[in-house]
Amino acid sequence: MKKHFLKTLLLTATLIFTSLGVSFAEPKKGGTLIAAVGNNPRHLNPAVQSGIVTGFPGAQLFATPIRYDNNWEPQPYLAESWEISDGGKTVKLNLVKDAVFHDGVPIKSSDVKFSLETIKKHHPFKTMFAPVVSVETPDEHTAVLKLSSPHPALMLAMSSQLMAIIPEHVYGDGQDPKTHPQNSENVVGSGPFKLVEFKSGEHIILERFDDFFIDGRPYLDKMVLKIIRDPATRTIGLENGEIDFYAFENVPTNINRLKKNANLNVTPDGYAAIGPIDWLAFNTKSGKTADVNVRRAIAYAIDRNFILKAIMLGVADEARTGIHPGSPYYEPDVEAYDIDIDKANKILDDAGYKKGSDGMRFGLNVDFGWPGLRPNAEYTKAALKKIGIDVTVRQSADFPTWAQTVSNHNFDLTWDTVFNWGDPVIGVHRTYQTSNIKKGVIWSNTQQYSNPKVDAIMEKAGVENNMDKRKALYSELQKMLANDLPVYWTNTLPYHTIYSNKVGNPPMGIWATSSPMDMTYIKE
Amino acid sequence: MLMVLLVVVVLNFLMLHLAPGDIADTIAQTMGGADEQDMAELRKQYGLDQPFFIQLFNYVVKVALLDFGQSHFYNLPVFDLIMERFPATLLLVFSAQILSLFVGILLGVYAAQNPNGLSSLFVNMFSLFGYAAPVFWTGILLLIAFSLHIPIFPVSGMRDITIESGNFFVHFFDVLRHLFLPMITLASIFFAYYSRLCRASMLEVLGADFVRTAKAKGLSKKDVLLKHALKNSLSPVITFAGLSFSAVVSGAILVETVYSWPGLGTLAFNSIISRDTPVLLGILIFSTLMVTVGNLLTDLMLKALDPRIKI
Repeated sequence: MKKHFLKTLLLTATLIFTSLGVSFAEPKKGGTLIAAVGNNPRHLNPAVQSGIVTGFPGAQLFATPIRYDNNWEPQPYLAESWEISDGGKTVKLNLVKDAVFHDGVPIKSSDVKFSLETIKKHHPFKTMFAPVVSVETPDEHTAVLKLSSPHPALMLAMSSQLMAIIPEHVYGDGQDPKTHPQNSENVVGSGPFKLVEFKSGEHIILERFDDFFIDGRPYLDKMVLKIIRDPATRTIGLENGEIDFYAFENVPTNINRLKKNANLNVTPDGYAAIGPIDWLAFNTKSGKTADVNVRRAIAYAIDRNFILKAIMLGVADEARTGIHPGSPYYEPDVEAYDIDIDKANKILDDAGYKKGSDGMRFGLNVDFGWPGLRPNAEYTKAALKKIGIDVTVRQSADFPTWAQTVSNHNFDLTWDTVFNWGDPVIGVHRTYQTSNIKKGVIWSNTQQYSNPKVDAIMEKAGVENNMDKRKALYSELQKMLANDLPVYWTNTLPYHTIYSNKVGNPPMGIWATSSPMDMTYIKE
Repeated sequence: MLMVLLVVVVLNFLMLHLAPGDIADTIAQTMGGADEQDMAELRKQYGLDQPFFIQLFNYVVKVALLDFGQSHFYNLPVFDLIMERFPATLLLVFSAQILSLFVGILLGVYAAQNPNGLSSLFVNMFSLFGYAAPVFWTGILLLIAFSLHIPIFPVSGMRDITIESGNFFVHFFDVLRHLFLPMITLASIFFAYYSRLCRASMLEVLGADFVRTAKAKGLSKKDVLLKHALKNSLSPVITFAGLSFSAVVSGAILVETVYSWPGLGTLAFNSIISRDTPVLLGILIFSTLMVTVGNLLTDLMLKALDPRIKI
């Protein structure tokens, strides 16, 4: 009994410390972290460029008002405190007093106002700050956000790479912020690291900003981000110790191979807010998939476990809905469409899709957005043959080709990976909102799905401040979507972080490397 | 020359225009989504909303004025982007070409001396392996062998960015260390061509009257081979080297991608997948120039080998 109690105590303590992102070892100052990145960022200013590629250097160069811990709890960052009043329609940010930009100019509330207005105008995620009607700056260290309606997504939108605080005296010079020359060179940031060099296609070198507003941070002297596109090359670099750190690895064979290396740590933790989900999307407006019975039959014929075990090799998690399983809003208690070929055949028979003499009912095309989803498409062909659907796998030459096909609604089925981006308002609503059916725009509601009840729930959940009520609304939403099935969700994209034993405190929060790495250190 | 460039510009522009999707789609991809208005604005900003012939005319006029435009993706001048990476590609392509010629000729000469022997068979097999193996596969194999199991060469890049100080030789040997595997990989494709061509040419020359005369004069075997036979059998090898220069340049795209070699190849690859048309067109024009210059050098070498040739 005593032994059991001690074990429980130890486990609890471990969980508490881990959840706070605290390592048991004393962080050490100094050292260089050699990290790999898989793609070349367009530039380094996350205020006008979304995406995880800019997010990594962007979150090191620019601070945000708040940051999040592993438990989805907001923590002070550039704002040392905040007050929410007026039923969620006023948010007051109290800024850290001695914060300065990398050029030594103090960070003021006017910079917060400028940054938010720039993001609102130029960032692609328009829903993040849509209800913010004005930003008042009563003094240099107070910014008051006035909203037209409560907006619970605001807190997440003020974290990670989503609300980079950029200097007005640099980016407010009249040039277009999207093409500003200082997005790539001479970047003046507000974060823990400053830019030394960005050689496009080669590397990004960051060094410690000595006047960072958190005393003693960052621990690292330097970060070198090597741009290595080839996954095999990155893997070998990690294995031979040339690379210390790589986030967003999603190739199952590489993940399993690297797990066997005693010098490396491989973890799926840290991607809950990024929220990547693989799914099979249906064209709900034209062709056979416009019939919900066809969509349901297809879902019953596709074995999610086969995808998890045989294609993802056990490194991905099940995802039953469009909200990531790591999100507090995830509802697993929905129709899961577990494999049932007989049921799938019966649904199609009852719906009038009789098999022909060749055993086939009709044909469909399946597209896929990324080379990594090819096995899913090939599997779809094999799986749907069992219910008399003749599937043609269509290979797109590259992303723009696929994007043109899907965004112009010229598809039946397509495999895709889509991110949640923290709050459902930012990354989930866009897939199902009737108002977001926009021809030619990828990752809009390309399924052309429309259900007024679903629209109404999303509208309600988007402004609901009470967490329990909000969760209930999103639970209802996920059940309705699972019933209508505009998309059949299968699994999380198995993003993993790989880091060598000499790296302490790698980013394990909800935003992975799209969060500041001021606490990361080199042990040796 | 100008006509060639004009045809290259027009054809490439046409082909890239025919590809589905554009820069607005790829920017949406990097953004994780995009707004309809933003995409329309981007297309307007880059002139993609204009009719094809107006876009083509504008581009040809700009190129005529030596303005390659602005990269849609990086928002940097195309000329600067290309110039920044051109030396790396030049280094890789020329070193690989010289290595493959040197090794190919050496193997060819060696095999020609005993055409039916085991050594000749071995040379044939070795060179054919290099030819048959996909270049990215050879690259990965070399990385596994010499970066992972015998870690003597780095996996990526052109230099070690942690080396901040040091004299010229430190940096020179650092670049050389980084260059070694990409150079071998790229050269491996052409070992087969050059060695087989050299072998066949040598066999023919070795049976010629002037070689028999040289032997009868009592010249050493080495002098017969190198001074008489080799010199006369090099013309087809050099001619082929000139012709295959374009293949070396295209092979560099794959090699640069595997080794993250910061040259035009990686830039071209990025530009293709991001539909960065101005950059891609700029690279194609530069490649055309490189191939043209490569062929000119070949002609000059041929003339040096055989003064009867007139250029």
